[in-house]
Amino acid sequence: MDTRQESEPLLDADLLERSLEKALHKGGEFAEIFVEDRKGMSAVLDDGRVEELTSGRSRGAGIRVIVGETTGFAHTADLTARGIEAAVDSAAAAARSGNSENTSVRLGTENKNSSTVQMLPSMVEKSKKVALLTQANEIARSQKEEIAQVSVGYGDSRRRIQVANTDGLLASDDQIRTSFSVSCVAAGDTGLQTGRESVGHTMGFELFDEIDVEEIARKASQRAVTKLGAVPAPSGEMTVVVGPGGGGVLFHEACGHGLEADLVGKSASVFAGRRGEMVADPMVTLIDDGTMSGEWGCYAIDDEGHPAQRNVLIDKGELTDYMWDYLRARKEGRPSSGNGRRQSYEHLPMVRMTNTYLEAGSSTPDEIISSTEYGIYVAQLGGGQVNTATGDFVFGMTEAYLIENGELTSPIRDGNLIGNGPQALLDIDAIANDFAMGSPGTCGKDGQGVPVGDGTPTLRVGRLTVGGTAA
Amino acid sequence: MALQRYEWADLLLAERLLEMSELLEICEQIVSKAADNEQIEAVAIYSRETEARAYEGEIESLTAAESHGVGIRVVKDGRQGFAHAGTFTSEDLVETLSEARDNLKFATPDEFCGITDSDGIKPAALHVYNEELGKVSTEEKVAMALELERCTREKDSRIIGVESADYSDSISESAVVTNTGIYASSKETGCSLTTYSLAEENGETQTGFGYSIGRQLDDLNIEKAATDAVDRATRMLGATKPPSGRFTVVLDPWVSAQFLGIVGGTLNAESVQKGRSLFAGRQGEEVAHSSINLVDDPTNPESFTATSTDGEGLATRRNVLIENGRLNQFVHNSYTARKDGTSSTGSAIRGYSSTPGVGVQALAVTPGELSPEDLISQVSDGVLVQGVSGLHSGVNPVSGDFSTGAEGLRIRNGQLAEPVREFTIASTIQKMLSDVNGIGNDLQWLPMRAAGVTLVIGELTVSGA
Repeated sequence: MDTRQESEPLLDADLLERSLEKALHKGGEFAEIFVEDRKGMSAVLDDGRVEELTSGRSRGAGIRVIVGETTGFAHTADLTARGIEAAVDSAAAAARSGNSENTSVRLGTENKNSSTVQMLPSMVEKSKKVALLTQANEIARSQKEEIAQVSVGYGDSRRRIQVANTDGLLASDDQIRTSFSVSCVAAGDTGLQTGRESVGHTMGFELFDEIDVEEIARKASQRAVTKLGAVPAPSGEMTVVVGPGGGGVLFHEACGHGLEADLVGKSASVFAGRRGEMVADPMVTLIDDGTMSGEWGCYAIDDEGHPAQRNVLIDKGELTDYMWDYLRARKEGRPSSGNGRRQSYEHLPMVRMTNTYLEAGSSTPDEIISSTEYGIYVAQLGGGQVNTATGDFVFGMTEAYLIENGELTSPIRDGNLIGNGPQALLDIDAIANDFAMGSPGTCGKDGQGVPVGDGTPTLRVGRLTVGGTAA
Repeated sequence: MALQRYEWADLLLAERLLEMSELLEICEQIVSKAADNEQIEAVAIYSRETEARAYEGEIESLTAAESHGVGIRVVKDGRQGFAHAGTFTSEDLVETLSEARDNLKFATPDEFCGITDSDGIKPAALHVYNEELGKVSTEEKVAMALELERCTREKDSRIIGVESADYSDSISESAVVTNTGIYASSKETGCSLTTYSLAEENGETQTGFGYSIGRQLDDLNIEKAATDAVDRATRMLGATKPPSGRFTVVLDPWVSAQFLGIVGGTLNAESVQKGRSLFAGRQGEEVAHSSINLVDDPTNPESFTATSTDGEGLATRRNVLIENGRLNQFVHNSYTARKDGTSSTGSAIRGYSSTPGVGVQALAVTPGELSPEDLISQVSDGVLVQGVSGLHSGVNPVSGDFSTGAEGLRIRNGQLAEPVREFTIASTIQKMLSDVNGIGNDLQWLPMRAAGVTLVIGELTVSGA
């Protein structure tokens, strides 16, 4: 058990100042030091037994030195003055040609953010974490005799970060996340089927005061058993209704990535140059909000040291702004939107989403379903992918039903849906009043994964292509 | 044992390169702390990577990365505990061992749990390390990235930009030591070029990628990477949505390798033992078209994932998974092997931050006789798929349901025809393996755990307009 409070800064301001000055002295025009100390544990119960508990620890610093259009980057796991100095040398290798006149750095007052969690997971006995696994396993298995296998996972992580740059910024944050998931396999005459349910929040062990692990187990188990009776998914263009919570993935892929300023700046987004245009019906308001307390994608400061913000991306159908990191914002002479994130100190930051959600509308979910003659209803989405340059995106369905004559009928088997971002936005024709946040996600971009959240009310897209096998 | 009595060599890595012997030494130090009735396995890795990314004639970023880490697994009384750290300081090593020991107390006892003994099989002598790569100057690497970007940009007037053009290389070393007789290490080098082009015509944008990989600089081919990226993007210009229906689908090597990787993922003994494999209980049965021979052979130096030892330090070997369409065997690590009363197939896969899993490491279908052109010439009405998306979201390796986004070219009367995009291809893994009715002679090793070869699938459902 971890009994230390660990509130002292990761590196002292003197060392940061000296190292940044050295980077400027070597020719850098801008330099930044990102320090990270990450600790976490996970526990897995599978096949009826607690397989293993894993503890992990990593810490280090990533150093960026920028000259003109070029970024030099190096990282080190050695946080001594000598280690940092060597990394500064490596990062500044690309900066030989630079010619900085002012090499003095004065860091401002630290923007220090401490965690607001009530129960630090590292202070909780491991046996309590294991007990949650056992509890969920028993419930999942006792639901239905078709349940053939259950896997339960628990995870917690504490990520302390500190950022300093040659503009004088000094900031730190303490990010604590806790997650829990149950995956079931059901076996029947039609073969094997799977069901999964997961929760994850930026909070401590008090998460388990708010959620019921038995409920999670029941949902996962029910999902797998229901799918034993699933028919092959239909094939072709049709109306798609997405249930509350899950639809965030659709927006994340259909337009979220396309609104990231780094991709826009390289003309690798279909949304480049479209600020101020109507891109959707006026009922559509899309927001990316890193300040949503407790949500999976929230934080006090991003990984470039700037405060998280609530950014309206689409306001009543109008594309209002892109998401920005500090590097690109600085070039454009505008403020960062607090979206500069990185997987770890071993990675360069880029523009990333936080918690992306669609504001509630005025219909009821029943009105939307009952006015749909034929189509599919997607209750749970399973991730997606987009080519931002063409706008083509896919997302998976892991729980879905046919809609026939305004009613949900047969469950359908897993598959992908495909659409084109700008067209899908225009095709949204109904939004309900039942907003909910979805499951925790890990968003991958250029090889880096970061935690993101998303949410939507029930919504309907007039036309998407469903990738099933039924004629 | 009192922790404070431990003495560890602190390694200050910043100013010099780590030697292989030191990784083994760190592992030995950890393992030497084993108490009676305690098995300890230590795995350590060290890697150095550089990446130069070019954009519009300049270097956008130059990254010098050095990573290392250690994972410690302790087994006692049938229980396993694990911990890992991304540093080698004595304080962290002590804490990591202590955490692993503490963690095992909470595991459920399992008679098959344990750290493997040596099985006496000698690792293959693989030449996958080229020390010359470590001596290449940064200038040379930067120049390759810039040349790749220029070459991609200037190849076709419809190329309006290059989203990224990267040179990257890595030198990595790993060691596994246990107190049960394992003492293994391996090192390898790799380098690659990757470029993503943006093509535009009549206000429509398409993208294409190209790559080249090797063990040393001389293996890299800028021209090939740039040409592929440009061809893949420009031939998609004007693409429309195809009609829905059932078609013969030709998967190009890049796509077939991803498909085979998914198939390989279902052929591991852990999934079978836990009831998560659609091939459970089917050993000896016909599971694929009789032309299919699927072999996992990490001792083949042609594979970029070749390795002489697996994640538990056992020698890797050639494993025939499917022979003439019949399911021959699953791959095992030492745990799944003990459970099934058989031997490990040297297929433990892991990083330093995880316990050994089990999986294929260098999978390939035995190539056929015909060229891709010959195979295409036999298709009267079909689709050539050059890219898929959403493999993680639309493929269920437990149920076998397979559905991915796709783009490619129509095939009409044996000829490649107009481009098509924004459609899906769907079937089940089981049916796709049975429906393979053509295998190309164009085997390509790719930067993944499976090789690609042109595959013709007799019937897939295409969902489009």
